[in-house]
Amino acid sequence: MSPQTKSTFKVGKAQLDLLEELTNANGVSGNEIDIREIIRKKVAPYADEIKVDGMGNLLVVKHAKKPNAIKVMLDAHMDEVGFMIVEEDGDGLYEFEQVGGGDERQFVSKPVCVGSQKLPGVIGSKPIHLATDDEMHSVISQQSMRIDLGPAGKGKAKRGDYAAYATKFIRSGDAIFAKALDNRLGCATLIELLRTAPDHIELLTAFTVQEEIGLRGAMVAAYDFYPQLAIAVDSTPAFDFERPDGNENTQYNCKLGGGPAIYIADRGTLSDPRLIRFLTRIAEENKINFQYRQPGGGGTDSGALHVTRGGIPSVSVSVPGRYAHTAVMVARISDWQDTLTLLQNALAAVTPEILSGDRA
Amino acid sequence: MKDITPFLLTLLSKPGLSGYEQSVSEIIAEEWHPLVDELTISPLRSLHGLRKAASKKKRPTVMIAAHMDAIGLMVKSVEHGLLSITTIGGIDPRVLPGQLVTVHGKIDLPGLVQLIPDRLINNQTSSKAPEKSQLFVDTGFTEKELDGLVKPGDVISFAQPPFELTGGYIAGHSLDNRASVAALTLCLEEIKNYNLDCNVVAAATVQEEVFAVGAATSTFSVRPDLAFAVDVTFAKGPGSNDYRTFPLGEGPAIGLGANNHPALTKKMTSLAEALDIPYFIEAMPTSSGTDGMAMQISANGIPTQVIGMSLRYMHTSVEMTSLKDIARTGRLLAQFITDLNPDSYKSMFEEKSS
Repeated sequence: MSPQTKSTFKVGKAQLDLLEELTNANGVSGNEIDIREIIRKKVAPYADEIKVDGMGNLLVVKHAKKPNAIKVMLDAHMDEVGFMIVEEDGDGLYEFEQVGGGDERQFVSKPVCVGSQKLPGVIGSKPIHLATDDEMHSVISQQSMRIDLGPAGKGKAKRGDYAAYATKFIRSGDAIFAKALDNRLGCATLIELLRTAPDHIELLTAFTVQEEIGLRGAMVAAYDFYPQLAIAVDSTPAFDFERPDGNENTQYNCKLGGGPAIYIADRGTLSDPRLIRFLTRIAEENKINFQYRQPGGGGTDSGALHVTRGGIPSVSVSVPGRYAHTAVMVARISDWQDTLTLLQNALAAVTPEILSGDRA
Repeated sequence: MKDITPFLLTLLSKPGLSGYEQSVSEIIAEEWHPLVDELTISPLRSLHGLRKAASKKKRPTVMIAAHMDAIGLMVKSVEHGLLSITTIGGIDPRVLPGQLVTVHGKIDLPGLVQLIPDRLINNQTSSKAPEKSQLFVDTGFTEKELDGLVKPGDVISFAQPPFELTGGYIAGHSLDNRASVAALTLCLEEIKNYNLDCNVVAAATVQEEVFAVGAATSTFSVRPDLAFAVDVTFAKGPGSNDYRTFPLGEGPAIGLGANNHPALTKKMTSLAEALDIPYFIEAMPTSSGTDGMAMQISANGIPTQVIGMSLRYMHTSVEMTSLKDIARTGRLLAQFITDLNPDSYKSMFEEKSS
């Protein structure tokens, strides 16, 4: 095999506009339709086949131009964490439950967008002036919070309506502030890789549903595609802060600015070592900034992909992002660019031979 | 009546923290310029708009005041690319995680308030209520990129954009007290075409959220015969339902208690009834917690009345109030002003023997 020449992916205005559109739209787990419709339009010019499966996954195929091509699956979940209205409380106030994992300390003082009518609302809290000392030292419980559409919002929302944070995308230099970068970064990555796909692979991309509540979309998408290998593209939390006690932070998970984070092990998956070695080689040969995500808890769609049918060699590659599962995440454009560069070079170089040896 | 919403949305998009009110003061000055005879700025930068009586003879002067400053944050130190912060005005640290802010450094930078993750705190097994010392602002910039851009003492304002809700309600940071600035503006609009038999000073005051500094000094300089402190009060809402709270959007609250002159309280309630404007009496057993406290004890004492609209989630970035109550407050003030003349002023304050 001849050595690959590095092709650097440039994230420009078109890519940032795409990410902005995807993060400003809402797609709480179980209600991904708006995201799916955006992606469907974006991939149409590059796709040979597009279908929506029984779960709501968007499955997009770009065929190889050669026979017996390797079948490579790329996966990115479309859904984001959010809320569901469960009870009306009068006066435009609504009880809600979480959809997907969130920290209730992050909920108050946020604008939200409710239901298919996209009603504007807020989650507020009792004024500091009225709070007792005891209350000031207690976490504000989700049970005590309400989604508030204002008094004229009485009767406007109904039980089962989804609500999402109403954060709008902001760019500041190399930094991005947006909601749902977990995992619209992954979605935008797959769209770009479809656009630039090489001819020698059968590229099977799955934009999946319900990752945040149990990797439910990925398992059926992988069943349908049954690829030779799969890569889950996601965003992983960066806890790269100084510890308050001054000791070294050895639990950073991954670092902003460190480039794509390659997963080795998490709660749900032991990544296929052949794929880890392959991605590492591509990164090193092309001098692409990358990092290994610290092995530990957490998980991605890989957890479902690798145990589908008779087993699918799988790995995850994530763009680092701070403050996952909150109203506003922070990520770096350069990390996304490095992720795109790594995956684009990997697709260009991938052959069945990388899986011919043993795992270990 | 003029639609005040665009002006209010602009006000709510400006920083104007206590002590740093210029950005919001400029917008108000522009709006008030055609509505008053004179615009002046006090030494501490409160804005005074004077409407003169038609007559050159001595006429009573009424001051209508609303503070224009906003609560916010300030940089304490820059450490490893993150900003440690303190608060300006009363802010519950529990509302800060996940707040979008603007850091006013050498340039304005977007930022985000966040919490140190639990996993990096010794022996912390369960999530505790956020405390100020655990909070920081992340600009998304690296330590190197941030170098020279931000220093201790730089102010940080809330950046959550304001927005309208269904059916005449509005949400945003600093509705406390720019909703009242909007009410004052509507009042000035309403009296624009009247020949007045009194002088009116509309004041957008500074630094209420710290020590009512602007109201005290403005009242001293203007030396009105009577004054209104226009400010927001608490609406009923989640966790807020006691006597200090009022149904949102169902009328302004008129203060009653030592901070309010009984003659003014009586006059305002009877005006509301005559105009068929719904209102609530806000019991203020000791003090109002508003600029009214400083105004009342200015110089040799100024008859003062506190009035305003109720608002949910005070001192968060999603304060919510009613556009209708803003209009009602402006209308009440306008009616009071157009009714005021030397005789009505005199009779209002005559001690009744019975």
